[in-house]
Amino acid sequence: MSAPSQARGALRGTSGRTIVADRAATVVLWALGGFVLLLLGAIILHFVIASIGVVSPSFIFGDPSDTELGGVGPLLWNSVYMLVLAMLIAVPLGILAGIYMSEYAGDNRVTDTIRFAEEAISSVPSIVVGLFGLIAFVNLTHWGFTALGGALALTLFNLPLMARLSEQALRAVPADERSASLALGATKWQTIRHVVLPLAIPGIVTGIILTAGRVFGEAAALLFTAGLSTPTGYNFGNLNIFDPKSPWSPFRPATTLSVYIWKTNSEGLSQFAAQIGDGASALLLGSVLIFNLGARFLGRILTRRLTAA
Amino acid sequence: MNTGDEMTTTTRAQDPIEASIDPSPATLPPRIVPVGPGRTADDARTGSPDVAGVAAMPKVAAEAVSITYGTKLAVRDVSLEVPERSILALIGPSGSGKSTFLRCFNRMNDLIPGARVTGQVRLDGIGLMDPDVSVVELRRRVGMVFQRPNPFPMSIYDNVAYGPRRRGASDRAQLDELVERSLTRAALWTEVKDDLRRKSGLALSGGQQQRLCIARVLATEPEVILMDEPASALDPISTLRVEELMRELRELYTIIIVTHNMQQAARVSDRTAFFNMGEDRAGYLVELDDTRTLFTNPKNQLTEDYVSGRFG
Ligand SMILES: Nc1ncnc2c1ncn2[C@@H]1O[C@H](COP(=O)(O)OP(=O)(O)OP(=O)(O)O)[C@@H](O)[C@H]1O
Ligand SMILES: [Mg+2]
Repeated sequence: MSAPSQARGALRGTSGRTIVADRAATVVLWALGGFVLLLLGAIILHFVIASIGVVSPSFIFGDPSDTELGGVGPLLWNSVYMLVLAMLIAVPLGILAGIYMSEYAGDNRVTDTIRFAEEAISSVPSIVVGLFGLIAFVNLTHWGFTALGGALALTLFNLPLMARLSEQALRAVPADERSASLALGATKWQTIRHVVLPLAIPGIVTGIILTAGRVFGEAAALLFTAGLSTPTGYNFGNLNIFDPKSPWSPFRPATTLSVYIWKTNSEGLSQFAAQIGDGASALLLGSVLIFNLGARFLGRILTRRLTAA
Repeated sequence: MNTGDEMTTTTRAQDPIEASIDPSPATLPPRIVPVGPGRTADDARTGSPDVAGVAAMPKVAAEAVSITYGTKLAVRDVSLEVPERSILALIGPSGSGKSTFLRCFNRMNDLIPGARVTGQVRLDGIGLMDPDVSVVELRRRVGMVFQRPNPFPMSIYDNVAYGPRRRGASDRAQLDELVERSLTRAALWTEVKDDLRRKSGLALSGGQQQRLCIARVLATEPEVILMDEPASALDPISTLRVEELMRELRELYTIIIVTHNMQQAARVSDRTAFFNMGEDRAGYLVELDDTRTLFTNPKNQLTEDYVSGRFG
């Protein structure tokens, strides 16, 4: 046998096995990915189909007391309101904490403990958070059930989550970029503001989306803090945020859509519980989708604004 | 050995390095030109004594510099001087502390946890290790080009304007002019002038990226430029362009370049310093001389072995 053909034989032998392994890995990964997509598609499809005939303008914007089925307008409003309130607290504080932990605090036993605590607290069962919120933000403050109390309860696990995810996003920024900026005579803060933060924005936006998802979906932590009452007759013309009757006020009970789904299905008072559940779930899915796309879009604009100038 | 001490005290008062952070570019120090009466530009470059026999004040100097990482000694007791508007090449085997030593001229070692520098480093006679020195101001006067091109993920224009903007420059026309001048000097202008604002610095080729990084340093109007193997990630043609560029920059700047490429050192530098590692693996300065002398007629056997390729 001549040398070239020997070499070719050897080449075929080794690459044959490698190719099999490579193909197997590709197939398995594709299958897993496909399975996840299928699952996601099935969930969305289920609620889209189930909500046909339920979701209509009068369902989205109407009052629960309007018709027999009832609308979910005030509850949707409360979900969005709660989201904004909770994010107003968690996002700025979380990003600042993340900046501190990643850029200033360093690595020692204290900061390791803080990181561990952040991860532990953000995974405490939310019913426990709800009970703590009941003591801290309902009873001790004498506020009763309020949107603010609910938002603060959500903050208990959202803030550590946001801080941890921001920190990770900031840490992932390559040291090269920081050195380049500092070597050009930029101060540490200028480096953070003009190089590190813009590069970390996609990661921070992921953090915001995960945090927001928890606000939208949370029921247990809100049962005992923002309350369970079914809201009706919101008057959006009342802009006095200190009037508990105004839908703009943080000092009023604010049942969210998720809580409402839980409530209608567990009370069993309405014969339409299942339809309300399907319709409200479709709305929640839609809201989450809109929020995620919106957050990504704003993140991209923000990155551009931060890096120019 | 401290001939610079009197000068230190005279220049100190007027030198703004110690005046902390002033964002106005107008307050950048006037470049101190050492070419005085009885002294030619070439004398200043090579550091040879002038007629009166007094050496020109070096632009930068290291005095008994030792650098440790934790407990590991990386650079032992290096003293050397670099005359203004000359190029000093640092050569030596891997691990001999060239990068570490280079970083003490703009205090980048400050950023490495556990790194400790002893001795003194001077710029125009001013002690850079002194506690009242503003590293921000220092790094504007002593720029650095890294081994791996590291443009920011922003437009070419924003990359070059980065330094000036950080010290408060915002006038559009002035910035435009500065960006064009810096890119022209870095031999990149004609290649990028058509999509300055649209194209990201990362979308350039490796060689273009490195010239962009050089332009970015030039835009901060430094006096000294440190280059750590600036051409090691580049193809031969880009390397030649960067070398050409360095020879042009020598007319205006004082440059210290680390290189593994001895031809490169021979081609671009006025003087060459050879670093080696001792028994304890700490780097030290073996020999410093005019580049031609060091390569053709070194005094030290180690240098001769290294430049003739017998080790390293
Ligand atoms: N950040 C660091 N932390 C700890 N030790 C370091 C660090 N940087 C360098 N060293 C050590 O200091 C010594 C000198 O390293 P340095 O990078 O200065 O060498 P060099 O001459 O530039 O080498 P090369 O030619 O490979 O770039 C080496 O032993 C290295 O391990
Ligand atoms: Mg090196």
